[in-house]
Amino acid sequence: MGKGKTLFWLIPALLIIILIPPVTGSVTTREGVFLILMYVTLAVSLNIILGYTGYVSFGHIVFYGIGGYVAFYLMKFHGIHLIPAMIMGGIGAAIAAFALGEAVLRLRGAFFAIATIGVNEAVKALVNNLNFIGGAEGLFFNFRIYNTYGGATKAIWFSYYTMAALTITTVIAAYLIKKSKFGLGLMAIREDEDAAIILGVNAKRYKSLAYAASALFPGMVGAVFFFKAGNIEPHDAFHLIKSIEMIFMVMLGGYGSVTGAVTGALVYERLKGFLLVNPLFKNLHMAISGVILLLIVLFMPQGIVGFIREKSKKLREMLE
Amino acid sequence: MILQVEDVTKTFGGLVALSDVAFQVEEGEILGIIGPNGAGKTTLFNAISGVFKIDKGRVKFQDRDITSLPPNARARLGIARTHQIVKPLNDLTVVENVMVGACFGKGNASLPAARKKAQEVLEFVGLKEKGEVLAGKLNVPEKKRLEMARALASDPAIILLDEVLAGLNPIEVSSMLKVIKAIRDKGITILMIEHLMHAIMNVSDRVMALVYGRKVSEGTPGEVANDPQVIEAYLGDPDLALKLLKDKRRRG
Repeated sequence: MGKGKTLFWLIPALLIIILIPPVTGSVTTREGVFLILMYVTLAVSLNIILGYTGYVSFGHIVFYGIGGYVAFYLMKFHGIHLIPAMIMGGIGAAIAAFALGEAVLRLRGAFFAIATIGVNEAVKALVNNLNFIGGAEGLFFNFRIYNTYGGATKAIWFSYYTMAALTITTVIAAYLIKKSKFGLGLMAIREDEDAAIILGVNAKRYKSLAYAASALFPGMVGAVFFFKAGNIEPHDAFHLIKSIEMIFMVMLGGYGSVTGAVTGALVYERLKGFLLVNPLFKNLHMAISGVILLLIVLFMPQGIVGFIREKSKKLREMLE
Repeated sequence: MILQVEDVTKTFGGLVALSDVAFQVEEGEILGIIGPNGAGKTTLFNAISGVFKIDKGRVKFQDRDITSLPPNARARLGIARTHQIVKPLNDLTVVENVMVGACFGKGNASLPAARKKAQEVLEFVGLKEKGEVLAGKLNVPEKKRLEMARALASDPAIILLDEVLAGLNPIEVSSMLKVIKAIRDKGITILMIEHLMHAIMNVSDRVMALVYGRKVSEGTPGEVANDPQVIEAYLGDPDLALKLLKDKRRRG
């Protein structure tokens, strides 16, 4: 469907952002960019089920938590290196999503959204009560774990580069999915599921696979994030606010478009940074984000990138 | 025999929508289905395309029992349909809409092949210039053509047309009839529901009449139009009954 011009500028743009911290050597910038990359990956992943398929996964953060726990457990108790642990975390999250999808993706609209919140809360409650993964107190790393990576400082830089590679991979994967036959099937489901089924789309299978794909990368993000943090606890891993932030980013940038999700993540990170340091707003940032989300849904439902795409046909292929 | 419907019954609560309906469709023919509103015509299409489970009976397609198959699997085997109330994929372009049919129907095309197929089919139904327009922006006659194009792009063996002529003006009707005949000439079997009597009597090889979920008549257009039970069913509308008779006489 058209020639893919989007990646030719989007990937270099992301690489420039990624290179700022190592070039300047600034730890503060690194922390900021790490957060941006994390948001980008989460938003682009969520977009696969929310934007392509049209299913609002409200409790999507559950997969970030599951991936985080799987990886943390493997690293702490089995001494497994971050990279394989991260992949296992991602696969664990994807399998969980596929299995859950078979059950909850029968629901449509608001019922699905509510069910996913329920799933997140249920998993949080379960983890709170599982003692072998630390229960409510969570798990801590022994700092010696970082010695494998050449000490704590190097380990943090390592987690930064891992996150960067993960972000690039996710953006490319999400783009390829959108441009595939699978992606066309997902968009048909989004537009009219009954019509899609009549046209031959195996909606049940496709939805579960889309859900699994959109859980894979957040699972890996969770792994890297909690490796860097050095501890994991249920409250952080299954934090519903983060779920809402993800939806906010996708809606702000423009659902269904990779560029939209990336833009939404960047704008949200800047906006949140601005609101949090501003003494007037710092306790109100979620409230303000909520108002903005309301305004977007009411007046610009296609989001920033969707809005530009609608205005300019020339830019369409650049903003897939 | 491409399609065999055996004693199909479907009830919705206390309402019997289809009652022991049985018929067969020959390969390459156009079978018209007529009947007053609420006779169960669309329900019959839903039973054949698998939208819901039937209570009793069997549906066989190319000598294979498909009664328990989901709709997407039936589409894969070569049963395509259009909807009376059009279901365009609004935020996708016209070409992309048709590509969905080509990719996931019997043709099972790859994306590039589907794009090519879509262009061909859009030209065939007369929607070529609208290819890059979002489907939601089309008017109703265009949306009906899009429904046809999507169904055709799947390379079906049989196509179920649900009131594709309704709401069209006479010029649009005659151009749509040309398209329908051209589809038959491609060797695709057609099952069509229609209220426009002159059109369906003109284009069908055989006609079947449903009344209150029962098959009351089946045969050549002339035989069915002359059937007292059919005339009786339409007598609520005397003009239509007269017209049916006149049509028949003109035919000789």
